[in-house]
Amino acid sequence: MVLIETNALEKRYDEKVTALADLTVAIEPGIVGLVGVNGAGKSTLIKLALGLLEPTGGQIRVLGLDPRTDGEAVRGRVGYMPEHDCLPPDVIAAEFVTHLARVSGLPAPMARERASETLRHVGLYEERYRRIGGYSTGMKQRVKLAQALVHDPELLLLDEPTNGLDPEGRRAMLDLVHRIGTEFGISVVVCSHLLGEIERICTSLVAIDAGRLLRSASLSAMTQQSGLLLVEIDEDPAPLLDALVATGLEVRRQDRALMVRLAGDDGEAYDLIRDTIADLDLSLHRLERHRHQVADLFRDAPTTEASYARS
Amino acid sequence: MPGPEHTGVIHDIGYQHYEGPRLGRAYASRSLYVHSVRGAFGLGRSAWAKVLPIGLLSLACMAALVLVVVNTQLPVQVIDYIGIASTFTYATTVFVAIVAPELVSTDLRANLLSLYLSRPLRRSDYALTKLAALATAVFVVLAAPMVILFLGMAFSTDDGISGVFSEAGGLLQGFLAAAIHAVVLAALALPFAALTGRRVFATGMIIAVSLLTTPVSGALLSFSTGDAAYLAGLITPGNLLNGIDRWLFAGGTFDVGPYGPVYGLVAAAIVAVGTACTIWRYQKVKA
Repeated sequence: MVLIETNALEKRYDEKVTALADLTVAIEPGIVGLVGVNGAGKSTLIKLALGLLEPTGGQIRVLGLDPRTDGEAVRGRVGYMPEHDCLPPDVIAAEFVTHLARVSGLPAPMARERASETLRHVGLYEERYRRIGGYSTGMKQRVKLAQALVHDPELLLLDEPTNGLDPEGRRAMLDLVHRIGTEFGISVVVCSHLLGEIERICTSLVAIDAGRLLRSASLSAMTQQSGLLLVEIDEDPAPLLDALVATGLEVRRQDRALMVRLAGDDGEAYDLIRDTIADLDLSLHRLERHRHQVADLFRDAPTTEASYARS
Repeated sequence: MPGPEHTGVIHDIGYQHYEGPRLGRAYASRSLYVHSVRGAFGLGRSAWAKVLPIGLLSLACMAALVLVVVNTQLPVQVIDYIGIASTFTYATTVFVAIVAPELVSTDLRANLLSLYLSRPLRRSDYALTKLAALATAVFVVLAAPMVILFLGMAFSTDDGISGVFSEAGGLLQGFLAAAIHAVVLAALALPFAALTGRRVFATGMIIAVSLLTTPVSGALLSFSTGDAAYLAGLITPGNLLNGIDRWLFAGGTFDVGPYGPVYGLVAAAIVAVGTACTIWRYQKVKA
């Protein structure tokens, strides 16, 4: 089943600001990275999916339901972790998560039990009877994650879960998100403006820019091996380029390296390159199958002015 | 829990999916209601949050104890259940000014709405639930001293069981008056508290609306005659409620002449407008 499906989705604020324009995308189960610069429309898409905002055009379906008409059903099956701070300081974490579990529809004894279990899963067990105001930023992010997870949703929407964390905290949070997506078997949509950070844990990526879909693909498709061989030598590559072209290979130069297109029998090309380099008495530095880097793919996409910060 | 928990070892049994029942909107509202009524008295919050609401409740109860003693020692009864509703109105106004911000401003300040609204609750459910919770808290503050008065009077009655029944009848009337007071004060205060995330401002606004109009009304009551005196109570919530006590239960602290229904209408209008404003306000709050 498709988790989130949009068709020509549009959201304008006050007839002026366009947050989403003509967005058509199908988000499949798994750990999905929703990437885009700040203001690209990621949070707007999430709020439309929860039925917290009304679209000004197009359709959106979440878990097969329309959030506009079946908002309560959607919100009962989805967990949401907002980007900003949203915790009361003078409440005990375990009580807070229990309370929100009940508001999600869990009977009181189950709510209490699941709150403690969930806090343990996010790594807050010993500290769960302390007031949230005394927590560090990392612990607060974990409470936010726990409240989204406590009612065992089918889909978890995480808006910038690594916000405000130090590098170690970011890594731990992303590992946790990865565990939720794999071990717990809950589909996750995780928003981030840091592509380099979330590509590590995601099974697919959706990139949006200025409210439009930039690219959507599974990560294996994105990082699959290309039919290119990267050749790097210590010396100036110009003579080698000429020699390789002379042997009939399709070669182009990229900075100090050469890219050789593989056609038909792979082994033959490897041998040919090795022999040519030996004949020219050059020293081979690197010879490898070229892989697409996710960030490169986004950089090559049609609307490329958006630069993705890499951590 | 099976297993050797006394060893302090936590056995990781992995993530368990929840297969139990998922109750809907009504249950969600009820959970929020219970949480909010508890929160109004600072339960589940820090010790500081308990000081003012519990303090006011204890003061009201102690005052009721004193009244029991006075009532039973003097040959005439100085105060009845309606009297408690009427004379404690200003204290309950202060209570509302403290508790209404506790119920809604803290949620606004902490951005809690985005967590509530991403659950099966609707915006209007949240608004109405908070209103009901505030009214309940006010009712408790008025009803608790009435219960104490009832216990005192019932045990010291000279008329046997019929005396107890007569007190019980009075208590029920008192509860009705307390409920009217609670609903009107809650509907008046909550829209103001819902405007701001700063508790101090919210308390200030409620105090300004409720108590600063009191001297004006008091002066009009004292210095004018006839219709003007009968209607002077309308401009401040405390006297408005006193007017209703006079109209419905022959209690209250001043005469409303033939204008009792006017007091009733104004109170009903406050409840309707206050409720509508609260709901409207929460349609606008960003989730």
